[in-house]
Amino acid sequence: MLTQTPTPLNEDALKVRVEDVQLDITFEQLKRLVSPRALTGETMLMNMGPQHPSTHGVLRLLLELDGETIVNCIPDIGYLHTGIEKTAEGKTYLKAIPLTDRTDYLAPMSNNMAFCGAVEKLVGIEVPLRAQYLRVILLELTRMNSHLVWLGTHALDLGAMSVFLYCMREREMILDIYEAVSGARMMSSYIRPGGLWRDVPNVFFDLVQRVLDVFPKRLIEYEKLLTKNPMWKDRTVGIGKISAQDAIAWGMTGPCLRATGVKYDVRKAYPYSSYDHFDFDIPTGTNGDVFDRYKCRMEEFNQSLKIIRQALKRLPPGPVMTSDRKVAPPPKHEIAYSMESLIHHFKLWTEGFKAPEGEVYFAVESGKGEYGVLLSGDGTSKPRRVHFRAPSFHNLQPINEMARGQLLADLVAIIGSIDIVLGDVDR
Amino acid sequence: MQNFWEYLTKIPVGLATVFKTLFEKPVTIQYPEEKKPMSPRFRGRHQLKRYEDGLERCIGCALCAAACPADAIYVEAAENTNEERYSPGERYAKVYEINMLRCIFCGYCEDACPTNAIVLEPIEFPTGYTRESLIYTKSMLLEPPPPGVPGTPQQTPPGKYDRAILPFPPIDESV
Repeated sequence: MLTQTPTPLNEDALKVRVEDVQLDITFEQLKRLVSPRALTGETMLMNMGPQHPSTHGVLRLLLELDGETIVNCIPDIGYLHTGIEKTAEGKTYLKAIPLTDRTDYLAPMSNNMAFCGAVEKLVGIEVPLRAQYLRVILLELTRMNSHLVWLGTHALDLGAMSVFLYCMREREMILDIYEAVSGARMMSSYIRPGGLWRDVPNVFFDLVQRVLDVFPKRLIEYEKLLTKNPMWKDRTVGIGKISAQDAIAWGMTGPCLRATGVKYDVRKAYPYSSYDHFDFDIPTGTNGDVFDRYKCRMEEFNQSLKIIRQALKRLPPGPVMTSDRKVAPPPKHEIAYSMESLIHHFKLWTEGFKAPEGEVYFAVESGKGEYGVLLSGDGTSKPRRVHFRAPSFHNLQPINEMARGQLLADLVAIIGSIDIVLGDVDR
Repeated sequence: MQNFWEYLTKIPVGLATVFKTLFEKPVTIQYPEEKKPMSPRFRGRHQLKRYEDGLERCIGCALCAAACPADAIYVEAAENTNEERYSPGERYAKVYEINMLRCIFCGYCEDACPTNAIVLEPIEFPTGYTRESLIYTKSMLLEPPPPGVPGTPQQTPPGKYDRAILPFPPIDESV
């Protein structure tokens, strides 16, 4: 245990300590965040981040430590705030899609889907079945993409470097699919209101088949390296526990919530993009600790593969974009001979389509949890207000509950297990 | 003691997995010398296309500038004449600039272009040392004319290029 010289109980002494950790808050505000023991100098205030590699970006944590034990863990967010919600108000519905790529940049297609789903709900657009099935395939690949980065970085934080390298190797297969369908490896903007940008290329099916063939074998490798590994278990079992009541109260969703035993998944509860056509399970845990969150996500890999197999098998032919020319631009070759197409094309790419007045909420189950979009239309072609219910933000909030009483080294495991992306937290 | 046996028996399983990859084909490539083939849809550096007779496809309608979510494109149009013709139709792009620092490579300009003039090619992203060098002008973006064909401006017979948008085949969605 670290021994500290207790400083006398006065405000001047603490103010010096506030300056030590360079907080932008006043002494009165700090007093409400830390325990009274910090005021006497019995516990130590320490910064973790925003440049700490284990905070997965620019998360900053103010830690109150009693020796190595965490007394309080106060997240300080906003270092990656880019004003995406406000910027989206100034863009037409179509032009706002590239912005959504950049919130949770490890799962761009989920964000596209949430935004486009909200627009489709507001305007009332019918999406062709082929587009819906292709969306399901891509959303599940996105979930695997997101989980692979989570697994790699989480394992790297706890010292398993090989797993990180293997995960990046497998992620490459999914990024190749992104590149083949959308032309970009990360910022895809592939899902558009009314369907998809273009139909998938022929090579898409081979690439997905490669994932389906290779991935189950790799999953066994990960299990060999981690699940049965006693070192991994020592670092994860019983760490960062949270009860189901607390998790619900804090608004946690996704694998973090399911690890506590609550069987809530947007794909089952409020099916979108014809998820109700497919047969899959929702893996749940019991303890709500780091190990259960890990187990839930590992099982989700299998479920994702199962959904992709079903969707590929039953993929119907047909268009991938709605035939409503008031929303979707016409096929481009038509504008050389059809005046009507030319007008639609120019109108849609300059003004965009108009959405009616009203408010909708549309949520998808992204890799991290419930990614919701609240969209308020005002009758023009630009939204009045856009709000993203970012899963990372809500999952990060109870970090104090999870970290309290744990060791400092375990905090790294907890941050890794809740799978935050700071672009998503700060938006 | 239980824990000790677990360590002794389970750790070698993981080590064997790692050891096995020694004999697998490497997945990494020696990047600057060796390059990964890009998908035909890859959205890289922009190029302004020409027709087979050397005329520019761009008609200076500035729809790309209107469609750009990042406001990275600046177009200034001027009138074509039969003596000095750059593109079919009435107008051509006198100034065409893309600020590569603003560009997010979303491909909306390509989607919006009514003549398929601007195309995001599978070419690597541009890099540079100064901001000025990354504002790409028309001469940097325009592809060279096909071999044996004069560039622009050209002298053309009256009445041959009245239409700005010439018919083109539908986009092949299978590649």
